[in-house]
Amino acid sequence: MAGTDEVPSLTAYVNARLIDPASETDSPGGVLTDGERIVAAGAGLFNSGAGDDARIIDCAGACLSPGLVDMRMYTGEPGEEHKETLATAGRAAVAGGVTSMVCLPNTKPVIDDMSTLEFIARRARKHGLAKVYCYGTVTKGLDGKELSEMALLSESGALAFTDGVKPVKDAQVLHRALSYAQPFGFVIVQHAEEPSLSAGGVMNAGETATRLGLAGTPVEAEIIMVERDIRLAKMTGGRLHFAHLSTAEAVDAVRNAKNAGLHITCDTAPPYFALNELAVGDYRTFAKLSPPLRAEKDRQAIIAGLIDGTIDTVASDHRPEDEEAKRLPFSEAAYGGTGLETLLPVTLELYHNGHMSLIDAISLITNKPAELMGLAAGRLEAGAAADLLVFSPEKGWKVTEDRLSSKSKNSPFDGRPVQGEVLQTIVDGRSVFRRGE
Amino acid sequence: MCDGSSDRPFFPHRHLLGIEGLSPDEITVLLDRSENYVEQNRRIDKKKSLLRGRTIINLFFEHSTRTRTSFELAGKRLGGDVINMSLSTSSIKKGETLIDTAMTLNAMHPDVLVVRHQSSGAVKLLSEKVNCAVINAGDGSHEHPTQALLDALTIRRRRGTLQGLQVAICGDITHSRVARSNIHLLLAMGARVRLIAPATLIPPGIEHLGAEVFHEMAAGLKNCDIVMMLRLQQERMHGGFFPSIREYFTHFGLDYPKLANAKSDALIMHPGPMNRGVEIDAEVADDFGRSVIREQVEMGVAVRMACLEILTENLDRPELRTN
Repeated sequence: MAGTDEVPSLTAYVNARLIDPASETDSPGGVLTDGERIVAAGAGLFNSGAGDDARIIDCAGACLSPGLVDMRMYTGEPGEEHKETLATAGRAAVAGGVTSMVCLPNTKPVIDDMSTLEFIARRARKHGLAKVYCYGTVTKGLDGKELSEMALLSESGALAFTDGVKPVKDAQVLHRALSYAQPFGFVIVQHAEEPSLSAGGVMNAGETATRLGLAGTPVEAEIIMVERDIRLAKMTGGRLHFAHLSTAEAVDAVRNAKNAGLHITCDTAPPYFALNELAVGDYRTFAKLSPPLRAEKDRQAIIAGLIDGTIDTVASDHRPEDEEAKRLPFSEAAYGGTGLETLLPVTLELYHNGHMSLIDAISLITNKPAELMGLAAGRLEAGAAADLLVFSPEKGWKVTEDRLSSKSKNSPFDGRPVQGEVLQTIVDGRSVFRRGE
Repeated sequence: MCDGSSDRPFFPHRHLLGIEGLSPDEITVLLDRSENYVEQNRRIDKKKSLLRGRTIINLFFEHSTRTRTSFELAGKRLGGDVINMSLSTSSIKKGETLIDTAMTLNAMHPDVLVVRHQSSGAVKLLSEKVNCAVINAGDGSHEHPTQALLDALTIRRRRGTLQGLQVAICGDITHSRVARSNIHLLLAMGARVRLIAPATLIPPGIEHLGAEVFHEMAAGLKNCDIVMMLRLQQERMHGGFFPSIREYFTHFGLDYPKLANAKSDALIMHPGPMNRGVEIDAEVADDFGRSVIREQVEMGVAVRMACLEILTENLDRPELRTN
């Protein structure tokens, strides 16, 4: 058997339940790879045997899908390597079945310059784990005023543009960003939160925040920004995408915009359809996220938005924070939670809870985000990179600190029993993760 | 193990972090025990030796004179060794975290930590890291349980019971830990609670706690037995919550014309320190027949003695290690 560090030649993944949302395939089948590429994929591919020269990987009935595409995560490198490095993020990613991930640009220094982009690309290549892509910032230094060199950043590999966890709050700046980006076809990704309304807020405004004596961020902070930005997108014809929507009425606003024919897209993250504000409980800082966890009716509306396609994709929103940033009084603690390793099982809750089929759930984290980001990934077809995921959709496990590879342990799902386990992750034909090894 | 007081009613908690979640019986245990100390505090010889050999640390991350002095007196009158630490000025500025401070103090084996902190939930976080009993002396806008207890003791001594009383809490509810602790305590003990404030100082969803919300003093004070005024916490306010002090006082400050809506024998309370002419008219505050503001201060020492006594007794109960 070939060593895992070399690029294997012909390899046949046999005896699998093939899940390829792009070709609407959910049937017994397999994939044949040669080196770094897929040669063939399909139902009944190896019905007449795999051939003598191929190395055989028996999936033993497990699901075989494209590797996951995580369209929004944060790595601490460069700048906050004590929280996460590209190496630890890469390990967490492949342990979570993620083979391509797109990093937020709010690193230190921020990704508003080609040299930072190239630094990250070079560092990530060295590790050879999940493939690392980057956003560029919308504004220089995330200052919210001057536009970044989007076209130059794009030529260096930036997939889309966002100010990350900061909204572009100035309407004129966003107006110009959307206008400028439109002829290039760049996507502008907005963290929708009206800062003057959310200022000081550390959790969802309402009874729970009031009971805990915490300042709240009202749902309107998100809704107002979404409604404003939809108008700016309409005004400019620019390509706008909303990151991690958390409120019922923001989903309604996007639904209406889509129905009116606007090319607007949005995503959410697992915490917003799997948790609500009660997860904050007695000041649990692992449940302090941005946007904050919302009310149960918002959670239900996020699920409804995923079911009817208003919400296009799911991203991990991976935000590692070290103990020093989380072991603090709630209002002083950092926002954010890790997510690379819970992206698959928590997204599968949509399937296990009967909201959608397995193939539709997988689509939210494979071909759909890949298409949105313009990545040739997330599909099983001849000629595509051999980025594969073997997983059991049913296998149960519990999210605990020991189980997670990320350098930081701040999972909002800490202690949660989940279903869906990654068995093996393959990047460019190389096995980069295998459970139990 | 038996401390000779096992026949007494029991307060089954290791810490006093808040009023929310305490049963009426548990609150009554604390109030009854406080009652004993009122008389003792009026004597010339005020000292007991119940807490001899016990160490109490007053750990104040936020400036306080009244509450800290009250706890200090309470500890000393019971014969304990009381240390005051004001950390707003020392190690916090050097970058030490709350947890580090807790661990450091814990290593000195105190018996009770009395903690005030500017962040909601901070006292609970600290209590999870230490082996001693912890009393919340005010955390952010969350709770200030001994204040609610001393308010309840003051009312109970004047009215005999809390059951059925109509209480109005007026002023800056949004930023007030005193309001939250009082709402929980009064409702648990069978009183009815009204909150009166401009809409900007009423936090969202507060009505779900069981209180009734008013935005006008005349309507809110109608037939009230108790009028609790709150201090306007301008230091916690970011941005304008109301147009001016003048307008605030005109509409929400307690003066005789507004007070006339309450019952003629309604008691006037204030947790202090008062902003005279802002939330309360000076004459009303000093009204000898109706203002019990100084009595509240007196009850404060008795309540804190009771809390210190009960929680140190509980240190000998290993079954409370986990709560």
